[in-house]
Amino acid sequence: MPDSTERGPLAAPVMTAERVERGALTGAAAKVSARDISVYYGAKQALFDVSIDIPDRAVTAFIGPSGCGKTTFLRCINRMNDTIESARVSGSIEIEGKNIYARGVDPVVLRTRVGMVFQKPNPFPKSIYENVAYGPRIHGMAKSKAAFDDIVEKSLRRAGLWEEVKDRLHQSGTGLSGGQQQRLVIARTIAVDPDIILMDEPCSALDPIATDKIEQLIDELRQTYCIIIVTHSMAQAARVSQKTAFFHLGNLVETGPTEEIFTRPRDTRTQDYITGRFG
Amino acid sequence: MADHVVKAFSEELDGLANELARMGGLAERAVAESFAAIVRRDTALANAVVERDAEIDATHREVERRAIRLMALRHPVAADLRQVLAAWRMSGDLERIGDLAKNIAKRSLVINQSAPIPITRGIERMGKIASSHLKQVLDAWSNRDVRAAVGVWFQDEDVDAHYNSLFRELLTYMMEDPRTIGPCAHLLFVAKNIERIGDHCTNIAEMVHYLVTGEEIATERPRADSTPTEMDE
Repeated sequence: MPDSTERGPLAAPVMTAERVERGALTGAAAKVSARDISVYYGAKQALFDVSIDIPDRAVTAFIGPSGCGKTTFLRCINRMNDTIESARVSGSIEIEGKNIYARGVDPVVLRTRVGMVFQKPNPFPKSIYENVAYGPRIHGMAKSKAAFDDIVEKSLRRAGLWEEVKDRLHQSGTGLSGGQQQRLVIARTIAVDPDIILMDEPCSALDPIATDKIEQLIDELRQTYCIIIVTHSMAQAARVSQKTAFFHLGNLVETGPTEEIFTRPRDTRTQDYITGRFG
Repeated sequence: MADHVVKAFSEELDGLANELARMGGLAERAVAESFAAIVRRDTALANAVVERDAEIDATHREVERRAIRLMALRHPVAADLRQVLAAWRMSGDLERIGDLAKNIAKRSLVINQSAPIPITRGIERMGKIASSHLKQVLDAWSNRDVRAAVGVWFQDEDVDAHYNSLFRELLTYMMEDPRTIGPCAHLLFVAKNIERIGDHCTNIAEMVHYLVTGEEIATERPRADSTPTEMDE
């Protein structure tokens, strides 16, 4: 697996706030660089020449109306579209300068580096402990029980779930509340030490308190990871992200610092969408 | 701009703008009539200006109430957010302009009790300029005209220059004839109030610029008000 030696599993944040901010706003620190990404589902083109740089150690939000291509593009970043028979992707996506669509890239290995959290919490029908230990086990990331215990505890702590589940680690993950399940899924995602976490509407099935907890967690995780979140809630995009990209009809219309998108967007389509003027 | 999908949102923004426009009209009238009360020595008009200030204050509270409601219930962003913020801040400036007009009217009541002083012609000129700036900047707001707003912003120099020359002129009157010190001191405050009305017009011009472009005016405003540094002349 590339790159896991540079930062030990679940290492503490090393970036200062100032460096995080700068990284968020300059192209220099781009973690993901997409160029001319087009996606076709059969004959239908769903995404048109999307090019974007996504900063490391920051949250980038994809917003746009249903069917605008934001989820399609998100799924390109860990090659989830490979799993759809009729899907075809053109263009390139580089993660730290390496094209993930190049020959010889194993999508399974890629997906350990680029984790994904879905709209509906999807814990495995196993114990809380096994949910988190599963990834590290199949990737041979630890050998002894103590090492697994360590990964499980650290991951659950980072996901803000440890205190709530430490006494019932061997109970089923599906018995947790929706918000807890979503945090368990996030713990499972970070257990394999990814670089990038993709989140597709991670709070849309949660109540406001559980949503707050996930948003707080996202804010903590951005110190360490490159996070990309697709959300229908513009307020959520405004709250959690440093960079926002607006998609419309398969095109990337506008991208910029979140504060600018929500105070003075350049494109009238962005303006119309975020102010609720879309007819 | 197109309507919001939720029509009530557009209606509330329109309502806010209408209330602010009404407030602008009230302030314009108060300013014009307070100057007229000085120039024409019209006590009845001065009293009317003083009385009507309550209406400006009430409109100010109404604009604030609507702005708070919009922010709490509609969470405006982008151009909508700028519209609400600009209305809120502009209503603060208009409320102050109303107070300054009321103060001018009150002073005219005192000044009218003394013999006329020729300087009132200078006040009239200065008042005309300030009135015109207020009208221009309110028009710039309703037309979303950045160029016109920036024009007013730069022209404030004229008001400041007039204030400086009136200040010197009033000093000479007071030195020549100490009996004029009372009315001249009031006229000095009147001139200062007009100068402040000009400053509030520049604030409004800055808000129009922000409202339309999302950015502050980038350059420094030229300043001609040099009185404080020349007090020891």
